[in-house]
Amino acid sequence: MLTEAAIGPGRIITARATGEPALVRAVLIGAALVFLGLFLFVPLAVVFAQALDKGIAAYFNSFREPAALAAVRLTLLTAAVAVPFNLVFGIAAAWVIGKFDFIGKSFLMTLIDLPFSVSPVVSGLIYVLVFGMQGWLGPWLADHDIKIIFAVPGIILTTMFVTFPFVARELIPLMQAQGSEEEEAAVTLGAGGWQTFFRVTLPNVKWGLLYGVILCNARAMGEFGAVSVVSGHIRGLTNTLPLHVEILYNEYQYVAAFAAASLLALLALVTLAVKGVIEWKAARETPIRRTRSREGDA
Amino acid sequence: MSIEVRNITKSFGDFKALDDVSLEVPTGELVALLGPSGSGKTTLLRVIAGLEFPERGEIFFQGENATDRSARERRVGFVFQHYALFRHMTVFENVAFGLRVRPRQHRPDERTIRNKVGDLLKLVQLDFLADHLPSQLSGGQRQRIALARALAVEPQILLLDEPFGALDARVRQELRRWLRRLHDEIHVTSVFVTHDQEEALEVADRVVVMNEGRIEQFGTPDQVYNHPATPFVYHFLGNVNLFHSRVHAGRVHIGEIEIEAPEHLGTHDAPALAYVRPHDIELDRVRDGAMIEAVVRDVRAVGSLVRLELDRVDGDEIIEAELTRERYIELDLRAGEHVFVKPRNLRVFLKEA
Repeated sequence: MLTEAAIGPGRIITARATGEPALVRAVLIGAALVFLGLFLFVPLAVVFAQALDKGIAAYFNSFREPAALAAVRLTLLTAAVAVPFNLVFGIAAAWVIGKFDFIGKSFLMTLIDLPFSVSPVVSGLIYVLVFGMQGWLGPWLADHDIKIIFAVPGIILTTMFVTFPFVARELIPLMQAQGSEEEEAAVTLGAGGWQTFFRVTLPNVKWGLLYGVILCNARAMGEFGAVSVVSGHIRGLTNTLPLHVEILYNEYQYVAAFAAASLLALLALVTLAVKGVIEWKAARETPIRRTRSREGDA
Repeated sequence: MSIEVRNITKSFGDFKALDDVSLEVPTGELVALLGPSGSGKTTLLRVIAGLEFPERGEIFFQGENATDRSARERRVGFVFQHYALFRHMTVFENVAFGLRVRPRQHRPDERTIRNKVGDLLKLVQLDFLADHLPSQLSGGQRQRIALARALAVEPQILLLDEPFGALDARVRQELRRWLRRLHDEIHVTSVFVTHDQEEALEVADRVVVMNEGRIEQFGTPDQVYNHPATPFVYHFLGNVNLFHSRVHAGRVHIGEIEIEAPEHLGTHDAPALAYVRPHDIELDRVRDGAMIEAVVRDVRAVGSLVRLELDRVDGDEIIEAELTRERYIELDLRAGEHVFVKPRNLRVFLKEA
């Protein structure tokens, strides 16, 4: 049924007023494909080719190294803390902004966008200036023997900051569009606050939420600039995967560097696949949006 | 359960949505809140439901003060203009929602829920749609599901916000009659909002006409249509002719004619407006007593009634008249011909100084 529908609009397109001659279409599509191939596909292929340059054994051996394992572990830990935090914060922020009117709402939205508009290096620097030895809280933290900068807490904090907007940004337009009538209906039917939230609000935004979470996760694992500033690059202790790749590369250990990079590339591919599935599922559950996107595709 | 609204005032910023509104709805009645947009009718409904809280005033349900009760505690059924069905739930789960969210000790078991929802879906004649999602339903079907969902919690009060506003004319007609029949069956105190006068007059036991946050009139459809209390009600319900006139000692002077207006016996030479419905305009080819002379400007002979537009000879006002087809044929009037007009049943309101 899906293929039929996909073929259908294709045939109609030549008859459309907005349709282009075959030659023009071929040139445009060809140009897009060449561009995509050169800038997206080739680099991706290079990563895997380089990683497997000295054979499969060398590829897997590079993960046996304690430093590499530590980097993977730290990356996972960072994501495991930053993503749930941003999930909760994102839902709360989107709910407040999407369902209520209050003074300072647009200011709050700007604030949420801040991490997107600030260079990641600057984001990292902000944390050094606040928590570093010469920073505002530095001496106090040192007195109490709390290490944030050049330690794991700093990495997690900056990652949180950088990935702050992903979930909230995804949910705000969705919640605004849905309004609060369904919640009002739930309340008049006798539902309490949590019941309304878990039975009505959350299911209505579940696909947007998942989408935001996987984007947030991808960024949390892949962030380089901000983390680089606060990490201190202590091998085996404060190196995340992206930082580990850089160090190996600078030491001319190409196979190991690209092997680590291939993990990040795999993460990206998985993210894309999951994103695709989510979009497909979401479209199937809201038929109106499906027809609209079909028309857009055609 | 009866509803009493006492001196409710509610503003949104500078806009006064409700201005000292009081209203009593007896148990089992079907009442329409009728008014133009911005008249406060929806706000009043939401205040009764507990979805908005007034600055001043009180709400009583069956004599008990419910002003401070939350929407959840008020246990009213509310039907939203755009249905507000839970989009990710099937029709069945939508209707079952109110039963499933009850506290554990009051929650019916699965079989009871199944039976109850089944009965409600039969009541709204849509039991074959139980497994569908709201997005697969037509507007009229969605509205009926929304009603079934509201009824599932056995509310003592049913509130409907422009229940047929988003539907096309034919479905509207059908659902309107259906709502009336349903109300006669289940007899729950119901209030619905509408801006459609026909809907209000046809369905409701009594009609509340609202304007600018105030109640203009509360009465039976016959009362508000045939005996409007204010000029606004006259204008809002049906077409009306307006005559600028003067009132003196119980008599209205319109142009050269004089008509009795006993309710203004004590008035001395005051400017006034006289309102007459188009079907209360009597026409004749020959002058018979005090009549206004006019020229036929336009004739519209569509349907069982013939509508005429007349230009007054002694002024620039236009008179609209409605004749039965028989009377029209009898008079045989054409555009450009002279006629004589006699207003019946006119209602005179003094102009505010």
